[in-house]
Amino acid sequence: MLGRAAPGVCTQVVAVVNHQQNRNMATLKAISIRLKSVKNIQKITQSMKMVSAAKYTRAERDLKAARPYGEGAVQFYERAEVAVPEDEPKQLYVAMTSDRGLCGAVHTGVSKVIRNRLGEPGAENIKVICVGDKSRGILQRLYGKHIIGVCNEIGRLPPTFLDAAKITGAILNSGYEFGSGKIVYNKFKSVVSYEQSDLPLFSQKAVESAPKLATYDSLDADVIQSYMEFSLCSMLFYALKEGACSEQSSRMTAMDNASKNAGEMIDKLTLTFNRTRQAVITRELIEIISGAAALD
Amino acid sequence: MALAFRGALRSVARRLQARSYADAPKGDEMALTFAAGNKVFYNKQVVKQIDVPSFSGAFGILPKHVPTLAVLRPGVVTVTENDGKTTKIFVSSGTVTVNDDSSVQVLAEEAHPLENIDRGAAQETLSKAQSELNSAANDKAKAEAAIAVEVAEEIVKAASA
Repeated sequence: MLGRAAPGVCTQVVAVVNHQQNRNMATLKAISIRLKSVKNIQKITQSMKMVSAAKYTRAERDLKAARPYGEGAVQFYERAEVAVPEDEPKQLYVAMTSDRGLCGAVHTGVSKVIRNRLGEPGAENIKVICVGDKSRGILQRLYGKHIIGVCNEIGRLPPTFLDAAKITGAILNSGYEFGSGKIVYNKFKSVVSYEQSDLPLFSQKAVESAPKLATYDSLDADVIQSYMEFSLCSMLFYALKEGACSEQSSRMTAMDNASKNAGEMIDKLTLTFNRTRQAVITRELIEIISGAAALD
Repeated sequence: MALAFRGALRSVARRLQARSYADAPKGDEMALTFAAGNKVFYNKQVVKQIDVPSFSGAFGILPKHVPTLAVLRPGVVTVTENDGKTTKIFVSSGTVTVNDDSSVQVLAEEAHPLENIDRGAAQETLSKAQSELNSAANDKAKAEAAIAVEVAEEIVKAASA
């Protein structure tokens, strides 16, 4: 009997207490819970920033070694003036992103470039290979039919040539006969800036019909094919390295901003907490004093 | 005064000209970019001669070589610099491009200077690769093991040369 009555009493008491305390913006308990959780978030974002800073230094060092690699890989296509053939409408876009988020606008930048292109007319012949789950997530809703391949487990470890080789295998075995294409990636400019850039992909036919190919001696189809496979791999490797560096620097900046915002929230919440605490004390004093004054 | 100024200007211009002449590689100088996935050995540096092992045969590249493309096979690339110094670097695979402006790009998958290669370890890798080739199950594994054997043989040959 007492058990059944007690809850009723309790809820009535709690309702009265809540009604009293809800006259403030929020209860002291609610503010202190919020304060504790924001402090934890600040600790987490600060440690993520430290981790990203360490990964960024390593990624930048690797990128310095990989830059001549990427420049050398496209040199041939520039010198031989390989152009996109007019009669091959099929194109292949490769979106270089990664699996992990909380890194600013790196993934959305690359996906936006591809999304804009797919939104323009003449996009039926464009297929997309998503390197990294993030681009797949962004493009899947509207352009799911254009995606022919996804690579994941990107972003956890620094990219190696073997990863690029696996992606190359996936592109060449996808069965999609493309005439030309682009690798869309984030080119690293500095710690605080990166921009979307692209590397050209050509098909074997495009290379064979290049105007200046005749100047190159002793070439047969085999050599051209092996050369193109290797240079595709090199370009993907270079794009992976650039993307990794941009991502780490962007994550560092994003986590730094998050820590600063969390710090501001903590300051504001602490002030609110102190004000509320003083208001509660003042109210209790008023009640006591007015109660004592009423007895007189 | 104007005469002296003009003389000074001409000497400055000549000095500027001299500086730019040294910077840009002319048609008879060969700018080599030799990069591997892990390291850059030469970045647009002018060298005298490069010997590369390729699937169409080993050949040496001098300035004004005819433009060509080739696929590297496992072997040693020898670079002879302008002061006569030779550097031997082992490459696992890759491509070499000679462009019409006499610039050469050697892009290797993995490359290591010959001094860093240990003969004993190379021998071990060779025997392991050969045993894998014998025990390979399907065609794909056989092909991969054959590649490993070829590279290991070349490493041993390079290390003992």
